[in-house]
Amino acid sequence: MKLKGWKDLTPGAVLTEPGSAEEFHTGSWRSFRPVWNPENCIQCMFCWTYCPDMAIKTKDGKRDEFDYDFCKGCGICALECPGKKGQKAIVMVEEDK
Amino acid sequence: MAKVLAVSGNEAVANAFRQINPDVCAAYPITPSTEVMQRFTAFVSDGEVDTEVILVESEHSAMSACIGASAAGGRVFTNTSSQGLALMWEMLFIASGMRLPIILSLVNRALAAPLNIHCDHSDGMGARDTGWIQLWSENAQEAYDNTIQLFRIAEHMDIRVPAMICMDGFIISHSIARVEFLEDDEVKKFVGEFTPVNPLLDVTKPVSYGPLILPDYYMEYKRAQHEAMTRVSKVVLDVAAEFEKLSGRRYGLFEAYRLDDAEIALVILNSAAGTSKDVVDEFRDKGVKAGLLKPRLFRPFPYEEVAAALKGAKVVCVMDRADSFGGFGPMYMEIASAMMLISGNRPVLINKIYGLGGRDYLPEHAAMVLDEMTEIAKGGRVKTYKEYIGVRE
Ligand code: SF4
Ligand code: SF4
Repeated sequence: MKLKGWKDLTPGAVLTEPGSAEEFHTGSWRSFRPVWNPENCIQCMFCWTYCPDMAIKTKDGKRDEFDYDFCKGCGICALECPGKKGQKAIVMVEEDK
Repeated sequence: MAKVLAVSGNEAVANAFRQINPDVCAAYPITPSTEVMQRFTAFVSDGEVDTEVILVESEHSAMSACIGASAAGGRVFTNTSSQGLALMWEMLFIASGMRLPIILSLVNRALAAPLNIHCDHSDGMGARDTGWIQLWSENAQEAYDNTIQLFRIAEHMDIRVPAMICMDGFIISHSIARVEFLEDDEVKKFVGEFTPVNPLLDVTKPVSYGPLILPDYYMEYKRAQHEAMTRVSKVVLDVAAEFEKLSGRRYGLFEAYRLDDAEIALVILNSAAGTSKDVVDEFRDKGVKAGLLKPRLFRPFPYEEVAAALKGAKVVCVMDRADSFGGFGPMYMEIASAMMLISGNRPVLINKIYGLGGRDYLPEHAAMVLDEMTEIAKGGRVKTYKEYIGVRE
């Protein structure tokens, strides 16, 4: 994307396009990626509640895959996930591994 | 027809705000500026204005509320002094960075410690780099006139940055002086309706203020902010020309007093310029070619115009009512920068610090400085470039 010069900016850094955060893919910040193991998932939806970036997708009222465009890898979901019988349904894996 | 009244500087400014009737005012009282709000809130209670006054718990909150109200789309003002402005410091940058044309009347007062309520310019000079326009005022009349003009300047579509009017605490704020008021409807017409830019309250065009801007764009926004400041001088002069038609009173970027052929020139702000002009007259009567430059627009600073006005002088003394400990006074630094634009012979440039914390500045101080400058102009040695005057050894 070609970056704008100073003459082309909205004064005061005011954002005039509503919902433009959608275009800002914070997923690129991630150094650890959460990985979901549906076998250990009890569908408690804690991860969906706690995720600060709404990066847990849902389908028919159930937990679905991560939205890696916006998941910045904070690890909160993995921490909160109760899993099944002590087995977490979310584990954090280093990005380049 | 203009009405002439005997009023305090604070009363004059409060009346300018009454005549303009801004949408919102958020403020917190502090000496010596309290009277502006005291009088203004009386106008609110008496139904003379319909301004929404927000009483807050600190100046930091006052400026925060002003920022919110201005971003919402209102014409907004506040008023403070000294520690109050210091506490606003963080928010001053936010107001200017968001390009919100908030008006602040600053009644200049020294900064603690030691605690002091009297006049010096440390508060305003401390806000030099906050991105606010600053107009300085010698007396109550100038403070009133500057307040009215400043709304036009800050709100101009080429500019849209916040602005402050500075006047001397107590010396001007609390002294009763002759002020010529314009009629209410003349002021309203002169200032005009407020035109918001990207107001938060326009729900048909949703906007967000205050996003995080990372290294890829931050510098572009700052560059654009400087550009807005480069357009201020022209607008100041245009507004002044229009104001002169209305009031008969003439304003420029600065006042050049007997400066045309001056060999020695004082540069001095605000009320002390009045005292100094009398002494310049006495020196002229004695045949000494003395003159004076009183800055009005301090931010953005009109370097080229000031350099052109001072380039004929042999000696220039910059009088600062504020200090930079371990440096020269803040006005001296500006004048020194302006001098660099002069090619060829530059005037000798010296700096005096005077009047801190309300210390009296008397005609004999001006005379002492002008005598010293006369000696230097004759080829005498400069003993010291920075000196404190009116201080006990
Ligand atoms: S790692 Fe953080 S951002 Fe990513 S899905 Fe989990 S809670 Fe959301
Ligand atoms: S917190 Fe864990 S168990 Fe609960 S829904 Fe999310 S992944 Fe499944």
